[in-house]
Order: sequence, then C-alpha cells, then structure tokens
Amino acid sequence: MRAYTEKIREAAKRLLSEDRVDVVIGFRKGTVALMNEPFLVKSLDQVDRLYWDGNCGINLANYLPKRPDRVAIVAKGCDSRNIVVHLLENQIKREQLYILGAPCHGMIDRRRILAALDGKEPLQVEEANGTIKLIGRDFEETLERSSCLQDNCAICIHRNPVVYDELLGDLVAEQENVDRYSDVRRVEAMSSEQRWQYFDDLIAPCIRCYACRNACPLCYCPTCFVDESRPQWVGKSIDRTDTRTFHFLRAYHVAGRCTDCGACERACPVGIKVRRFTKKLEKDIKELYGYEVGLSTDERPPLDTYRPGDPEPFFK
Amino acid sequence: MNNPYLPYPVKIDSVVTETEDRNLKTFKLVFLNPDDEAGFNYTPGQFAELSIAGLGEIPIGIATSPTEKGYIMFTVNKVGKVTNHLHNMQAGEIMGVRGPLGNWYPWDVLEGKNVVIIGGGFAFTTLRSSIVYMLDSANRSRFGDITVVYGARSPGLLLYKEELAAWEQRDDINMHITVDGTDDPNWKYNIGFVPAITKEKAPSSENAYAIVCGPPIMIKFTLPVLTDLGFPAERIITSLEMRMKCGIGICGRCNIGTEYVCKDGPVFTLEQLSRLPNEY
Amino acid sequence: MSETYVSKEKLPGIVEQLMGTHRVFGPILKGQYHQFALLEESADLDLAFRNTRLSPKALFHPHSERMFEFTLEKGNPDAGILKEVPKDYRSRIVLGIRPCDAYAFKLDDRNFITDQFKDPWWVQRRESTTLVGLACNDPCSTCFCTSAGSGPFDTSSLDVLLVDLGEGYLLQAVTHKGEQLMGDLAGGESVPEHCTEQAAALKQSAEAQLGIQFNLDPVKQKSMVELFDAPFWEDVQFSCINCGTCTFLCPTCWCFDIQDEVYQSRGERIRIWDSCMFPLFTLHGAGHNPRDQKLKRVRQRFMHKLKYYPDKYADGIACVGCGRCVQHCPVNIDIRQVARLMAESCVCPV
Repeated sequence: MRAYTEKIREAAKRLLSEDRVDVVIGFRKGTVALMNEPFLVKSLDQVDRLYWDGNCGINLANYLPKRPDRVAIVAKGCDSRNIVVHLLENQIKREQLYILGAPCHGMIDRRRILAALDGKEPLQVEEANGTIKLIGRDFEETLERSSCLQDNCAICIHRNPVVYDELLGDLVAEQENVDRYSDVRRVEAMSSEQRWQYFDDLIAPCIRCYACRNACPLCYCPTCFVDESRPQWVGKSIDRTDTRTFHFLRAYHVAGRCTDCGACERACPVGIKVRRFTKKLEKDIKELYGYEVGLSTDERPPLDTYRPGDPEPFFK
Repeated sequence: MNNPYLPYPVKIDSVVTETEDRNLKTFKLVFLNPDDEAGFNYTPGQFAELSIAGLGEIPIGIATSPTEKGYIMFTVNKVGKVTNHLHNMQAGEIMGVRGPLGNWYPWDVLEGKNVVIIGGGFAFTTLRSSIVYMLDSANRSRFGDITVVYGARSPGLLLYKEELAAWEQRDDINMHITVDGTDDPNWKYNIGFVPAITKEKAPSSENAYAIVCGPPIMIKFTLPVLTDLGFPAERIITSLEMRMKCGIGICGRCNIGTEYVCKDGPVFTLEQLSRLPNEY
Repeated sequence: MSETYVSKEKLPGIVEQLMGTHRVFGPILKGQYHQFALLEESADLDLAFRNTRLSPKALFHPHSERMFEFTLEKGNPDAGILKEVPKDYRSRIVLGIRPCDAYAFKLDDRNFITDQFKDPWWVQRRESTTLVGLACNDPCSTCFCTSAGSGPFDTSSLDVLLVDLGEGYLLQAVTHKGEQLMGDLAGGESVPEHCTEQAAALKQSAEAQLGIQFNLDPVKQKSMVELFDAPFWEDVQFSCINCGTCTFLCPTCWCFDIQDEVYQSRGERIRIWDSCMFPLFTLHGAGHNPRDQKLKRVRQRFMHKLKYYPDKYADGIACVGCGRCVQHCPVNIDIRQVARLMAESCVCPV
C-alpha cells in the first residue's frame, strides 16, 4: 500500500494548486514504528510529508464534522462508510469533500505485533508481498501480514471505499465467506449471569480516558452524556456502575451507525475489546432491518426512520 | 495532619435576598466550632470554598471584612448545581466552608494611598469587604481618599443597598453609585455605564491605586479609562474568576500560564496579567 | 552507601521476607500488560518487564479516591458534615519501579507538598513508602529520560537501586531508609568481584543508547507569551482527539476533579483523575470556557510540562521521559517533537 503515498501526494498537489480544495487530510509518517499521524495539509510545501502504509488505521472521518472548508480526504473502506454516515447526519456536505478512495488490504494491529515480539522492539518495518518484516536492534523477524491485522480488518467485507472522487489504486477483491459474528455468537450462547460477568471483566481495566469515544467518528456530540453536568447522568469515578453505564450507553448510541472501523479498540490504551459491544448491535441491525451502515446516502438509517412494518420483537 | 480539603462546619445564620431578580442572596454563616473561627483569619480580597455535602463546592469571595466579628458572609449568584441548592437552603441548616483561600488586595502597598474602587454587578462582594475594612475606625487613617464607582443594570440589582446609602452619607468616602438605566423617578444617583461614570468622575491617579471587579465587558471598557486617567498597569488591580476545585493550587485546572488563580491569585495587577498568556 | 548481591534464585525468598514486614507492590503481568499491584505471592513479581502500561502514580494518587464521607440522614446531628476516611498507611515497598517513574514522584511532590498546603494523602503515602528501583539496562526507543532530567540508573528518587546483572541483582542503598531496609535483609551475599564495574558499564551503555534527544535550554529564554502565541500549535493539535490517554498514563499528570456522590442517605466526596484534554476541565459554572478549543487544551498540556512548570519552580521539566504518551497516543503525537518545536521551532532531530 506504500504505492498510495505517491498517488496521494500527486493528488494533493493537483487539488491544492487547482484550488479544488482548501486542505487535504491524510497521514504523515509516525515517529515510532507501526504508527502514523493524521495530518492536515494546508499548503503545497507540506504535500511531500503525506504518507501511506499499513499503519493508517485511524479513521480520518473523525476529523470532518463541522469543518467549514473544502476538504480532500484519504478514505479507506471504513472511512468512506463513516463519511456516508456524516453525510446522512449532516455533519459535512458532499460538495465540500473530495474523497481520495484507498482500497485497503486491512490495517496492521500494532499491539498484536508488539505482543508477538514479546518485549522486543521493532524500530523499522517493511511491508512487502503479504509479509511484514520487523527489524529491531538485534533481531529481524518476518510475519505474515494477514496474521497481523486489526480484528475488524480481518473480517472486513467492505475494503473498497463506497464513495470517492478518485481512486488511489485498483479496487481490491472483497473478502468472501467471512464469519463476521463468531465472537458475538459465543457471547449470545452464554447465560445472562455469564454474560454480565463477561462484560464486567471486559471493561474492568477501563480508566475512563474516553479514547474509544474520541477516536470514534460517530462521537461528535457537542457535550457527551458523560460530560453533562446539569443534570449529571454518570459518575466520573471507576465505580463499576458508572463504567458500565458509559460503555453500554455509548454502544447503544452508535447502534445502526457503527461501521466497525475499529478506531475504538485501536485507541484504547488498556486494550479493551470495545467492539464486543458494538458488534452485537451491528448484527442485530442487520438481522432486524437488513441494514448495513454507511453503504448509501439514499437510504435513511433504520433507527432514525419509522416504517409501519418495522420489526419490534425487542420491545418488551 | 491538617487536611486542607476538609471544610469547617458552619450554620446558616441568615439568608437575605439582595436583588429584585432574586438571583443573588447573601448568606451569613457562623462557625460551629469556635476553634475553626479563630483559625479562619482572612484579609479582604480572599475567597473560600462553600461546601454542601452531596453536591460539591463553589469558590466565592468573602463579603465580610475581618473587622466584622462573629460571622462571615457570602453573596452568591444562582448559576449552577451547588448555587441553586444553596439558594433553597434556610437559616439553621448546616454546610461547610473551606478557606480562607487565595491572595488578597495588597493592603500593605495601599497604605497611605488613595484607593479607587470600581465595581459592577455582583462582583462587588470582596469590594464590600474592602470598603468596610478601610472605613473601620481602626483602619481609616491608614488610607487616603477612598472613591467608589459601583454600578448595576438597574437599582434593584445593586447589592448591599442599605450600606450603600449609609456610605453615601459619610464624608470620608466618595460614592458614585450608578445604574445602566431606570424608570424610577426617585432615583437620586447616577445613570450610565461604569466606564462612563468613571470617566465623568475622573478620580485622580495621583498617589492612587484602582481596584476593578466586574463582568469582563465592564473591565474591558474601564481599563482604557483608567489608563487615560494616568493609572499605570501596576497600579490597576483586579480579581479573576476561574473554574476551581481544590482552591489550594493542587488540582491543576485554574492556571493562567504559571499562575494558579486559586492560590497565586485571584488578585493580580494588570501589569502581572500582561506577562501571562491571554487565556482567562 | 552499602551494596549487596542477590542471585536470581534467591530473590523470591528475599521478596517473601519483605512481604513479612511490609506491603510489597511490584510489577505483575495482568492480561496484556504489566501493572503495579500488591503482591499476594512472591512469584507474581515479574521483573522481566519493560515498564508498566500505566505509571505507578496510582499508588500515591489513585484514579478514584474517597476523600471524605458524610451522612444526609434527617435528624442526625452530623448530617452534612464531612468526616475523614481512614486510610491504610502501613509501611510498604514499591519494588521494581523504574528510576524515571520514581523521579516523577519528586516532581509531583512540588505540587502536592507546598509551604502553604500539604496534600495529606500524598504526604502520608510518600512517607510510608520505600522505593526500590530497577535500573533500565535496555531502554525503549520511546524513552528519553536522559533528555528530561532523569536517567536509566537515576537514583535521585530511590531508596534502593537494583541492577539486573544477568545471574543476579546488585542492590545499592541510596538513602538511609534504603540502607535500613537492606540491613534488615537476610540472604544477601557479598558483592562478587567486578559486579560494581559491570553495573557501571550497563549504565553507560543504557545512557549512550538513549542519547540526548532534545535540548530545552532555548525554551527557558523564550517568554511564556511568545511560546503561547507560537504558530506551530496549529500543526501540533490537528491530529489530537482530546482523549485522556496521555494524561492518564503520565506519571507527572496529577490533575484531579472533586465530586460528591450520594447513595440514599450516605455520600462521599471523592477525587478523580481529570485531564486538561477535556473541555469540561475549565468550563465555568456560568458557561464561559477559557480553553474552549482543542488547540488551547493541547497547548496547555505541553506548555505546562515544558514551560510553566520549569518557570514556576525554577526546576526541570514536568516530564520524566518515560515515553508512555509517545507509545500509546492513539494518533502518535510525540512530546519529543513538540519539545524540539518549542526549543527551535523546527523538528530536526538533535
């Protein structure tokens, strides 16, 4: 995917110099291995710092809401779906956007690699031919790229952008016969007591830093319910009830809106598998309404429309 | 170990509604333990955290002067959770006070000087403290001329109306009370904004310091007037507000650059502020 | 100060001895990462760690701490009066803390212990704790302690320093408290030949590996206002998502909120980690917010660490170079780059 770097720079140069856009949102090369930093390009002299590789997992759609200017943005499949959600939710206008579609092979899970290296620290990373070569001070190791993907990327069925103005490369083959919900089914099979315990254990390490929320393109509320102080809905300590309230309510607030981009898990500093909540809701939305988030701007999402035939078995 | 976060228990002795919009009430508080009262040594310009168990704390300027013994007084604007609750509390109820906190107006520097006090709206609390303090018979001779410009939007929104009237009668203080506007045919004081009245009354900057407290807009327009009158930045004093929690410079939220408003302030000279980031 | 040697197979016995007289906290692998926790068994101690994911600050300044408790019971004469909550201040040892993290406590002391006010919980926990540090033979690429006033073998804030020599540990007493602790230990051996030299060589190589990654001397010369108004903040802040990861993982971010929580007629006043990244941090009751934009909040964090703190206390920076924020910032904002920007207004590596 490094080949995109040149394409992105070329497009940025062209779009800025032709005054098609005011800014370009992409990535610049990170300061540590397996990380890149979201980057706002405002002028031509910054264009050559734009960069792309398998460590661009951050969802750039997060930087769009309420922008007043004309923006070119690099978008993977998931980012493009979140752009669709933003368009549906009036967070940005289509005519403001110039979408540089980035067909994606899945993004690398840095934590997974660091865990696999067991304390050894990669300083240099080379991606080639489906492998990732990690070079450290006194070691060199090559891993299969497919074994190093973010969990959500491994089961992604929308790697190609769904909306774009130009493509940075050929469309990629979508993954087929993917079992997207095996982990959800495992939880569904539990008794309610087991499930309660499972989720309690899941969020036990939470430090309430809200990285999951802030990394999420959907979490653009001017004041999040956890920050509301009049009235205050949720306590701020790491009391279990409050931590649960935060995670449960956040999950429900993204129901029917979440594209499973994995930003929350990628951001969580204590490694909570936040998608265990959102995946279940994604599955329900699909089963109940046959709806997949962010594929089209023509259809209102099921939870913000009423149709006489809506299923309602979950009303109790 | 003395715990600076632990409020002294106090009893509400009386509650007075100050303004016609009923948004400002003055609470007179007495300490439950005499030792606490003895330990609460304050100087005009300081504030305290008023504490209500179950709701939290709010930083409020101390409106009494240390020359007034046996009680302390706070005038509270109804804006948030704690202040709303406090406004519904009655005489006899128990709450907490933590302090005194922050620095104070520089009384050692003001000694022998003329003092010009300019206040607007409900930011008159520590200014009341200061006036009472200076007018106290033991202190009056320590200061030169005292001039006060105090304004509110309407007569009904002025604080401490009886005291204002009493000070008007005295000849050892120049009072200039003003309102933005009024229909009251019996209104006998000034009409006009605080900056305009300050300009009109033109208190001399000769050997003088100005203390300015009020809403940001008032301060913004008063400062150039004072500069024109010849007050240098180091002789213009103001008191800042900031969101606070601990009140003792530890919890970290109220800084402007290097200075914690709760501990290094709230009182700053304009000259000090000019060296700090403009972020308040 | 005295030195002793403990071979690795004897370490569990030594730890058990300590556990007999103290509460011993050490790095324990819990799930995916290490964290400091009370040792239940000596075998839980895992000194073969890089560093803990969260800094050990929670041992002194927990995420959520009960400050006071109260009753709101009608008719109870104590209703509405806050009471102190008993705390466990029995003596304890923090074993295996990295020198940078210990140095952080010294920086934090300046905040929690002032001439005028002393934070009682911080003070008493500091007093009841002996810090036994573990030198860093092999620092991470994100570490920069040597640029932040500390170092991989920094003993300035430790009572005892442990150096891993492969087969065993060299124990060096640093303070009187540490001397006492070592004096009470049975099972230490006399230091084998060359061990002291070996430790010195490890120190030298670790320091060389770290190098000096930025120089903040120019920041001292620049005025607060000049740095505050610098144009580069615009670029620094763009990627920030304003989460609390950097502040919550940081050993020198001490900011907290105070909240009252009530359940039925009982309540408590608690203090909770807060973050200058959160808009609510500075929101006035009347609605005004002096840091109402992300840029202002990002700037506050770096200015506080690299300019305000050093200016206020005429001391080093409020950062120890542990690199946690660099490692775990979800969007890769790197304080080393910001330090270089502040110093030179350029990002050339030193």
